[in-house]
Amino acid sequence: MATSERASAGHRSGGPVIDLVGVDKTYVVRARAGRFRRERREVAAVRDVSFSVEAGEMVGYLGPNGAGKSTTIKMITGILTPSAGDITVLGHTPTAERAALTRRIGVVFGQRSQLWWDLPLIDSFRLLHHVYRTDPERHRQNLDAFVDRLDLGPFLGVPVRQLSLGQRMRGELTAALLHDPAVVVLDEPTIGLDVVSKHAVRAFLAEMNRERGTTVLLTTHDLDDVEELCRRMLIIDRGRVLLDGGVDRFKQDHGTERTVVVDFERPVPPLALDRAAVVQIDGPRQRLRFDRRQITAAEVIGLVTATGHPVRDLTVEEPDIEELIRRLYAGFGEAGDDGSGGAPAGR
Amino acid sequence: MASPTLNTTADVRGLAALYGRILAARVRSDWQYRTSFLALVVSQALVIALELLTVLLLLRLVPDFGGWSTVEVVFLYGLATVPFAISDVFVSAVDRVSNHVREGTFDRILLRPIPPLIQISALEFELRRAGKLIPSAAALGWAVWRVDVAWGPAEVALLVLALASGTVIYSALWILAASVSFWTVNSREAMNAVTFGGQFANQYPIHVYRGWIRVLLGWGIPLAFVAYVPAVRLLDPANPLGLPRWLVFAAPAVAAASLAVALGVWRTGIAHYRSTGS
Repeated sequence: MATSERASAGHRSGGPVIDLVGVDKTYVVRARAGRFRRERREVAAVRDVSFSVEAGEMVGYLGPNGAGKSTTIKMITGILTPSAGDITVLGHTPTAERAALTRRIGVVFGQRSQLWWDLPLIDSFRLLHHVYRTDPERHRQNLDAFVDRLDLGPFLGVPVRQLSLGQRMRGELTAALLHDPAVVVLDEPTIGLDVVSKHAVRAFLAEMNRERGTTVLLTTHDLDDVEELCRRMLIIDRGRVLLDGGVDRFKQDHGTERTVVVDFERPVPPLALDRAAVVQIDGPRQRLRFDRRQITAAEVIGLVTATGHPVRDLTVEEPDIEELIRRLYAGFGEAGDDGSGGAPAGR
Repeated sequence: MASPTLNTTADVRGLAALYGRILAARVRSDWQYRTSFLALVVSQALVIALELLTVLLLLRLVPDFGGWSTVEVVFLYGLATVPFAISDVFVSAVDRVSNHVREGTFDRILLRPIPPLIQISALEFELRRAGKLIPSAAALGWAVWRVDVAWGPAEVALLVLALASGTVIYSALWILAASVSFWTVNSREAMNAVTFGGQFANQYPIHVYRGWIRVLLGWGIPLAFVAYVPAVRLLDPANPLGLPRWLVFAAPAVAAASLAVALGVWRTGIAHYRSTGS
């Protein structure tokens, strides 16, 4: 397919494609105070956020609910006006030059569709072709390529409201990328998806990035998204950037803990295992925490079965991002220095 | 803040074509629920027909309606209602922006390279509103045919000018009403009082009202320029308010000014938009 070298089309200057300097966003909230009086209060959604993204990067933007992820995304895409600070995206100031910017970025909101609800999927693509006035030949090439890679063929003629979430999200991705944007911003693109669809979404984004040099910024709850896609991640909480750095480093420093959940046939006394500690007991279920660098999950499971208690079920849990951020926020393992003394377990 | 999308005539033509496409898509969507669609068209037509019936009944009860005959009042009614119906078909849907603001779907609209006003009026277009156009156009047609006016080119031009200005003034009113939702959610009911209420008041000769209503309809919400001013000029029955004859030519200027104000408020509203939680 001859679709490769249109990398970050149109970005001229060599600088970052997304650049935030000291960005604040405050909302005025009016709460009821007394019978008729209403109190005016300012709430900071985002405080002094600065970061930049270079052309061709894939960056994960993480944080718990209400951390300010969506607010940042909305300022970057020109939906919200920042209260203070400067934002530049592809050389444009988003709110002032929103119309010009919209032609060069693609946006996916996981929870909000940009497709026409009652119309067949293909109709939305046709309309978007006219909305962005893309070159007809280019539109056809892109559409063919996306239909092929995302396997849209079987449901192109189905009204969007009848699509499954996974099918719809594949449609959303296509809709966001049909006009060859240099930058794609995705807000929770995998939320609520099953494993297969998540994989399809990730594979597609990785491919766009590799083949077209598309810059990707995505927010997510799902650490797997970041692990599979991004080399760099930003963690935000309560409006502030807590961490900006490499994903591998972060995982080494903070994401080494795992939990084995064991369901026995009947309640048994707490297991006493080497390098894996029981942290919770719930009837026949016990949760054992271990450090991946010290012992593998297989070894823990081996130890569990070696105790001789009949086991009904076993699962291994990874710490979710919320958990990691909670620990990060609480100052656990400050910059990871406490754990790095131990020998990193080979993968 | 001005949207820099409209630079050349090609842009405008492209936009018009796109507007047509979105409209067509919208109608195709509606057609998925065709029984309810047809029922709505009929009900809209009935509402207007009943409104006209009320005016006619009132005329029977009050034979001297400010000195105007039945045909003249129906003419006025048509002049007031046809532009209202046209703006209702093409523009009034912008008041749906309150839903988009409340549900956060306005985000999506801001992310497309087309002026938001055009997107919403096209996205929320409802063919069923055309139901209002049928009886009001019929009433105007009948009145134009029966009324005592010698229709020369000047009179026809005046009629067209009045209808066009009226459509713009009503449209400005819809846009202004819709803009309010950027500041307060759930403003639709209050604003309906201005739009539908203004339209209702405008169906009767303005000199039957008390002074303050006349001032309001003349200069506050300039609906007098939609129907009453041109009707007086064309029919020239009693001119009880002693309106100057040139006033009719002010209509396009009033229309342009109303639209400018409305668009200014609309743009300020967008800058004020707060979106919703993810």
